[in-house]
Formats: sequence, C-alpha cells, structure tokens
Amino acid sequence: MYAQLVKSDGLKAREDMSAEERAFQDRVDNGEKIEPKDWMPEGYRKTLIRQIGQHAHSEIVGQLPEGNWITRAPSLERKAILLAKVQDEAGHGLYLYSAAETLGVSRDELLEKLHSGKMKYSSIFNYPTLNWADIGAVGWLVDGAAIMNQVPLQRTSYGPYSRAMIRICKEESFHQRQGYSIMMKMAFGTLEQKEMAQDALNRFWFPSLMMFGPSDKDSVHSAQSMAWKIKINTNDELRQKFVNETVPQAEYLGLTIPDEKLAWNEDKQGYDFSEPDWAEFFEVIKGNGPCNRERMEARVKAWDEGEWFRDGLNAYAEKAADRRKAAATAAEKPGYR
Amino acid sequence: MSKKEWPLWEVFIRGQHGLNHRHVGSLHAPDAEMAINHARDVYTRRREGVSIWVVPSKDITASSPSEKGPLFDPAESKTYRHPTFFDIPDEVGKM
Repeated sequence: MYAQLVKSDGLKAREDMSAEERAFQDRVDNGEKIEPKDWMPEGYRKTLIRQIGQHAHSEIVGQLPEGNWITRAPSLERKAILLAKVQDEAGHGLYLYSAAETLGVSRDELLEKLHSGKMKYSSIFNYPTLNWADIGAVGWLVDGAAIMNQVPLQRTSYGPYSRAMIRICKEESFHQRQGYSIMMKMAFGTLEQKEMAQDALNRFWFPSLMMFGPSDKDSVHSAQSMAWKIKINTNDELRQKFVNETVPQAEYLGLTIPDEKLAWNEDKQGYDFSEPDWAEFFEVIKGNGPCNRERMEARVKAWDEGEWFRDGLNAYAEKAADRRKAAATAAEKPGYR
Repeated sequence: MSKKEWPLWEVFIRGQHGLNHRHVGSLHAPDAEMAINHARDVYTRRREGVSIWVVPSKDITASSPSEKGPLFDPAESKTYRHPTFFDIPDEVGKM
C-alpha cells in the first residue's frame, strides 16, 4: 500500500527458530507490543525499517501532487483546507520517520536513500494531478485506500509504529472526507464539472487499486510479515474491502467506476472487479511512471536548497549555546554581582 | 556545507489544564526553542495541548527491558496495597 513491495525473508518455521526467536514470536502471538530496546530478530528490524521508511517517504512525496494545487484552489476556504491537509501529510511523514529511527536508522539516512533511489515510495504519487477534480479524487480514493491499510496497522506488533498509526488514523479521516466533499461539489455541479469528476475517477481508479500491492498469488513477502504482525491483512483482502466500500460512494455521486466487469457477487457478498494492469504497476515502481522523475527532482531540489537554512539554524544554536556558557562562566566569577 | 544532523528531542504535551504532561513523540530540531516551534506544528495542529515540554532524547535514562522482573515483579504479591484487599462488613457503611 503506502509500502507496496517490502522485501523480507521467507517465513521461518518454529523448529528452525532459536530460543530467543521463539520467545519473541510468542510475545507477538500474545499481542504484546515490541518496544525499541527489546530483543528482536534482525529480519524484523530490517523489514520494519524498509516498511516504515517507505510509508514515511510516501507521506512526504504525497505532498507534491497536492501541493501543486494549493495556489490554484478555487476558493480561499478550499485553499486553507488543502494547505492543512498537506501539512498533515508532512506531520505523518515525521511521525513515521521518528518510529523508524527507534530501530537504529537516522532520518537523514532514510532521506538520502529516498533521494538516491535506493528506497521506494507508493506508486500512486507518480501519477499527475491535472485539474481540481483530481484533488477530490486523490482525497477520496487515495486517502481512502490508505485508511484501509492503516486502520488494521494500528494493531501492529511494533509499539512506535502502532502509536504513529493511531495518530495518523485520527487525522486521515478528514483527508478522505475533504476529498469526497470536493467530488460532491463537482459531481452535483454543472455538466462540465461532473465530466471532470468522472474523468478524475477514470484516471485514478486503477492506480488506487494498485496501492494495495500485487495480487496475493504474486506477493512473495507476506507470510513472514504477517507472522510478525507488521502486515495484518493480505493485499487482496484490503483491495476487496476498498472496492466494496467505494462502489456505493461512487453511485451516490452518480459517477461510473471505469470497469465493465464490476458486478455484485451475492455469494461472496462483495464486488467482482478487474485487476489493474500489473505490468504498468511494475513499470511505475521501477521508476518509469508519468511523474517519477519530476517527483524525485522536486524532493532533491527542496532538500538541497534547504541546506543553507538547516546549516543556519545549526550555527545559530551553536552560537546561542556558546553565549549561554559564557554568561554562566561570568556569573560564577568571584566579585561578580 | 555541514552534514550535521539536528539532534532528537522528546516531546511532552499537557492536554488540558490540570492534567500531566504526557509523552507524545519525538522530533528533530537544532535547539530547544526550535524544538518547541516544531512540536507546536507537529503535535498540536488540532488543539491537542496547552503546554509543551521538550527534552533532548540523549538526556533520558530508561530502564532496560531485562530489569523488568527485578523492578516490577515485587509489587505483584503485595495485593494488600489495594483497598479491595480488606473486607469491611456492610454494616460499617461506606469507607
């Protein structure tokens, strides 16, 4: 999802585990939270760094397609709302980087890996936001899909990750609802506005389905992560849940899901639907989506051009500390009143 | 062109007047003043607090997980520390 292809080792059988690993697995099975100083298998630590890092990167890169529309929002109120949403995304990225840092990696290290292409972020943010209806579709579908994944992750076994998720989920619902509110305005507006809303849905539907990651039959990294409770549901389970919840929302808007195969299946009490184009998904992940290069250029530019500012604040902090030290020394001198 | 990372701070927020400050998370900042500013932006965007404390993470001393037994187990057998340990007859009334 926000972490779509997190590499991990295969599932380790109980008889192959060391005593420590077995005790660890028992704690996870009992629903105990693992905290930073607790013993943990190296694979658990590494997989979590990749997953939380990828998730954090997605929050940060996810600001770009929306930030694009802050200056062009149709009203002052929409502008203020979108600004607040994008600011939330920055906050979510920070909560997650903090959680990752408890595993022994620094935020700057993670950012370096993002900027050099060694770490990934969600494929969804490599699609462009062409007009205002896209901002509605992103909030409704992309944040909606994110919530599907994040709500169960509140129960993840790693304490700091779980706490970050709880905080994020509290704020995420606002994001989806503001998106749906834009869609309502557009869908119930003029014919042209409704066409824009339909067009946005057409373009974002399949990329949103891709957010949940490859189909379970091709998802090779799941078993160990599920045993460790750093993945709670399978990709296909979450995708199905998302479709089931989203179809009626589209119907209310009078919009059509761009999938001819979409049909209610009474037996499974859910919708049948077409799979997204997985070849496209892997191309986007590899770096060949419509906006991959633009997104990374914007990130690297922001980081590089902010260096003087970060350095300046460091210099100021050092000077202020020196001044405080000098003042304290002067105060200690005999005769000083 | 320094590559110095901003140090890590732990953030504590008092949610309402009369409550304790509670740990809410951590953040990076060059100094205490900026840490407060960042904490305001990161942790109180929805009126979550009326007061902020920040402490350099390196200054926090934590008990180690291996000490859990010696530290906390002794309290387990001392149920007489709780009022419900003592049966008071109903005739005595509320106590």
